[in-house]
Amino acid sequence: MSLLEIENLRVTFDTSSGPFAALSGVSYRVDPGEVLAIVGESGSGKSVAMLAVMGLLPPSATVTADAMRFEGRDLLTMSAAERRKIIGRDISMIFQEPIASLNPCFTAGFQIEEVLARHTDLPRRARRQRAIELMQAVGIPEPKRRLASFPHQMSGGQCQRVMIAMAIACAPKLLIADEPTTALDVTIQKQILDLLMRLQADHGMGLILITHDMGVVAETADRVIVQYMGRKMEEADVLSLFENPQNAYTRALLSALPENATGTRLPTVADFRLAGEDA
Amino acid sequence: MTPALETRAVTRDYDVGATFFGKRRVVHALKGIDLTLERGKTLAIVGESGCGKSTLARIIAMIDPPTSGELLIDGEPIDIAKHRVTSDQRRKVQIVFQNPYGSLNPRQKVGDILTEPLLLNTPASAAERRDRAMGMLQKVGLTPAHYNRYPHMFSGGQRQRIAIARALMLNPSLLVLDEPVSALDLSVQAQILNLLADLQDEFGLTYVFVSHDLSVVRYIADEVMVMYFGEVVEHRPRDAIFADPQHDYTKVLFAATPRADVASIRARLEAKAAG
Repeated sequence: MSLLEIENLRVTFDTSSGPFAALSGVSYRVDPGEVLAIVGESGSGKSVAMLAVMGLLPPSATVTADAMRFEGRDLLTMSAAERRKIIGRDISMIFQEPIASLNPCFTAGFQIEEVLARHTDLPRRARRQRAIELMQAVGIPEPKRRLASFPHQMSGGQCQRVMIAMAIACAPKLLIADEPTTALDVTIQKQILDLLMRLQADHGMGLILITHDMGVVAETADRVIVQYMGRKMEEADVLSLFENPQNAYTRALLSALPENATGTRLPTVADFRLAGEDA
Repeated sequence: MTPALETRAVTRDYDVGATFFGKRRVVHALKGIDLTLERGKTLAIVGESGCGKSTLARIIAMIDPPTSGELLIDGEPIDIAKHRVTSDQRRKVQIVFQNPYGSLNPRQKVGDILTEPLLLNTPASAAERRDRAMGMLQKVGLTPAHYNRYPHMFSGGQRQRIAIARALMLNPSLLVLDEPVSALDLSVQAQILNLLADLQDEFGLTYVFVSHDLSVVRYIADEVMVMYFGEVVEHRPRDAIFADPQHDYTKVLFAATPRADVASIRARLEAKAAG
């Protein structure tokens, strides 16, 4: 059974100039222990899809789908209270801006313990102990001292580690990472990606990685979905996608990578669209 | 030939943590930077956040003065701590910032954004300023119809084109580009990099290109300077540094850059299957 299964997901935003379709009928499937990368540029709807799963879209959004099942349970028809038991415990999410995603008014320790208080019946002391273990697991040095640190006292990489500690606090079955390393330096990016991949392998988690960076996809994914303007362009396992991309847009994205430049000019997506129309 | 840009032992200190009782701590953001750059070449400065690359960019762009050391533009020593930057000096060096959402005044129309440098630094008449702004819009791939619009009406890539157009209005010889494509999508990034290459050919521009993205640097740079904690750890021609990085930190930086080629993917999948 798939861990998460979404069929024909549509998300429409009400705007002052009429409804805007951010996502027009895209299906997703993730198996336990699988790493799925969703790739696309801004406006491709890659984040919107997962925000819809988490129930984090604003009221102006209308979400419809033929099915949205987590471990066979229908997320669309279940009550909000039931859904809240799953979200944060079995499905958790980390975001792009680690410093902005943490609450600046509370310490790192408090924010990790809050997740445990909400979803487990551990007593206070055990929660503190578990928070220290989690901080150790995500590679924060001196976890005991760091419990009392506020987000502004930590670097971006450290804050992202705290976010990851919060996300894995209840050993989720599915972790959704929305551009987890975009705001970070390459050396820190490598550490965070290595950490995510290690946690994923150790716990057999499903991992959905939303990114615009083809390099990150190449280094992490098992399977890849390429999106453009709210539609799925291509879905393939990672090797076939890079070796033999089927879709014109995927080819455009790959050839726009500066490392793939053959001549003095980089091909752009517009070049490809014109070539495709001629053909 | 005089180099377009030269810095001699440039340092920059910042006072931080100055408390009410006067306890001070000094951060040495730059610890003596020497560099020379030939006209028409592109120097890429790479390094992590906090390595001092943007501090150096701001000193070269004559926004901040160095704490000590000398800055020479076209062989002319410049000390903005002592003398105001003259219009002639300002005309030679311009800067494009990373975030095109933050670097354009939301209450100025594009036309005003582009003509302001001329208004401040040249005696050009209003009609002349307008003509040159119109011409520049076309140079960077926009149209005269964009002249009367506000920045919020443009996409990120278009805004970065406006920022580049503004920097070129004074016909500078040296352009400092502080992470000009980091905030942009991949395909837009490709367009902007192409534009920068075209403009460099057309105007014989010298670029100082600050970036943390090594794949971009490899594409655009003639020389690469790697910085680490305020010091230059390696400064060599592009091909030499990519073929054979010498310093340990350069190696770490290269190793951390994700590889998107089929061979590396295959190797990773095999390692994973082997467990």
